Amino acid sequence: MKEGLRQSMAWLHTWAGLVFGWLLFAIWLTGTLAYFQDEINHWAHPEVPVRALDARASLASAQTFMQAQAADSQRWFISLPDHRNPEMGVMYQVPGKTGRGSFSRNLVDPQSGAKQETRESRGGEFFYRFHFELQMGYPWGRWLASAAAFVMFFTLVSGIITHKKIFKEFFTFRPGKAQRSWLDGHNAIGVLILPFHLLISYSSLVIFMSMIMPASILTSYHGKVTDFYADVFPSAAVASAAATPAPMLPLTQLYDTAVQKLPGAGFSRVGVEHAGNSNATVEFTPDDSGSIAYRAADGLVLSAVTGEVLSRPQDTPVPIIIGAGFYGLHMAHFAGPVLRWLYFLGGIGGTVLIGTGLVMWLNKRQLKHAKAGVMPFELRLVEVLNLASMAGLLWAIPSFLLTNRLLPMAMEGRSDWEVRMFFIAWGLSLLHALCRRGKRAWVEQLLVAAGLMGALPFVSALTTDHGLWQSIGSGDWAIAGVDLTAFAGALFLGWTVRKLLKKKAAAPSRKAATRESVPVLESEASR
Amino acid sequence: MASRTSGVPLAYRLAVTSRILAAALGGYAVAALSSIFIAWTLPMARPEAVVSSMMLAFVVYLVAVLWCFSCRSAWRAWAGLLLPGLVLAIADGVLYWVNQP
Repeated sequence: MKEGLRQSMAWLHTWAGLVFGWLLFAIWLTGTLAYFQDEINHWAHPEVPVRALDARASLASAQTFMQAQAADSQRWFISLPDHRNPEMGVMYQVPGKTGRGSFSRNLVDPQSGAKQETRESRGGEFFYRFHFELQMGYPWGRWLASAAAFVMFFTLVSGIITHKKIFKEFFTFRPGKAQRSWLDGHNAIGVLILPFHLLISYSSLVIFMSMIMPASILTSYHGKVTDFYADVFPSAAVASAAATPAPMLPLTQLYDTAVQKLPGAGFSRVGVEHAGNSNATVEFTPDDSGSIAYRAADGLVLSAVTGEVLSRPQDTPVPIIIGAGFYGLHMAHFAGPVLRWLYFLGGIGGTVLIGTGLVMWLNKRQLKHAKAGVMPFELRLVEVLNLASMAGLLWAIPSFLLTNRLLPMAMEGRSDWEVRMFFIAWGLSLLHALCRRGKRAWVEQLLVAAGLMGALPFVSALTTDHGLWQSIGSGDWAIAGVDLTAFAGALFLGWTVRKLLKKKAAAPSRKAATRESVPVLESEASR
Repeated sequence: MASRTSGVPLAYRLAVTSRILAAALGGYAVAALSSIFIAWTLPMARPEAVVSSMMLAFVVYLVAVLWCFSCRSAWRAWAGLLLPGLVLAIADGVLYWVNQP
């Protein structure tokens, strides 16, 4: 690497981008879908009716449910219905169990307090979790996703250094010129939403900073990590259970107190600790759609026995607001419909950026072997991985959603089968990629993906009474939006396939592209 | 690249491996050491200084990685990490001793 800064940065950009590109593609696309997590959750449980919001009545129903189902559970969390998702989630710790996996999750009818009868499905929650846990055990998935985020971060920066004529290149788009068009497209997307990409990759590191960069917590707090959390989230500190049992006030009464103490705040989540104990507390977490900064635990804490205020949201110091701001900007809970769609488009842009990069890596190197007609093993490997990681994910996502509509309602382990179908579809795409080559393989895979996506609104209309017309008619845009987006995705893939099939006409420009790409290749191969 | 394997000398491959290790592990170590230093020297309350130090550490890590791939040789990559790493480690040690509870 004696070539100077730009060449060495191009090397880093090329190879880090290749090795992590396949994983990053999946992280970006599922993360993009997670911006509509609530809407996909609602789509996945079409039986849950949309009703006028009434937090007070919902809490009364939640308490009724808890008394009937798990009267002696000591920890429960209620997520209230909101304008994006009409579901009320009640999660409680099963008595006698502790740690991860000790909680029972339920959907509860906010009007009656009965268990909400609906199909068992993980819905948008699956994409959200996969986005940073990658279906791996805790904490491995989070570590791998964080490593990928850091690679994305420095790959972006090395890309910027490589393309130092960044603004000039932005206005350079040469369509119909094979390799050049790919590069121009890659640069245009990269530059246009570069601040978004930098924000997303850096903020994902900030989100997990206390897990991945804990050195200063350990030293400044002399190993007492819990002291750090108590400092940063003062309201999260929970007194331990006292020896004396005591009855809990009705949640409606506590809700009235909370509304009185924090006027104007809506609440998204209510958590109860040590229920039935004289030290029982209730935390009301303000609805985070009101502010950009996202704080996982910064609510109003009341004694559940007396209703007395134990702690309230603090004035947060600036550095902690900045950290919470990055968290919030990544999660976009604050975003209204227009901004949410911009986030979605930004996410698609990032996914396409990674995809075009991977395609270019292969195209450039394939040109060298085009005449020989034999593809070296490692190029074939990249081809298979490109196909399976990109087109394959486009099989997996609609398959997951189709499974939601097609499996019997009361099937045992229904939501596990949805996840299984996601990976089965992905695996099938890998098998196909192993058997087929080149453009033909891409055309076939994208056609299957387009077919699966395009089928979604129709299958939805045939299997539920929440088809596109019904949901548009009743103004349920969350359900209609998922159907319409799937269909738009199918159209986009169809357009891509048409472009691919037409590409033969543009073949003469290949020669020019070869000439341009050879020096780059040589500089990468030599020292 | 199997087809070009003969063209890429072993020394080059080792140098690249060495740079990758320097960037991933050495860069992380320097970032972690600098976050410890920042957390103790920023004139802020303890939780604020710690949060700031973690956020800045990723920028240090970024610079360290870019350094490892932009400098002239793998040896320089390591030297460029070890030197600040050593200074930071000594400073952190002193600060830890000074700040003992």
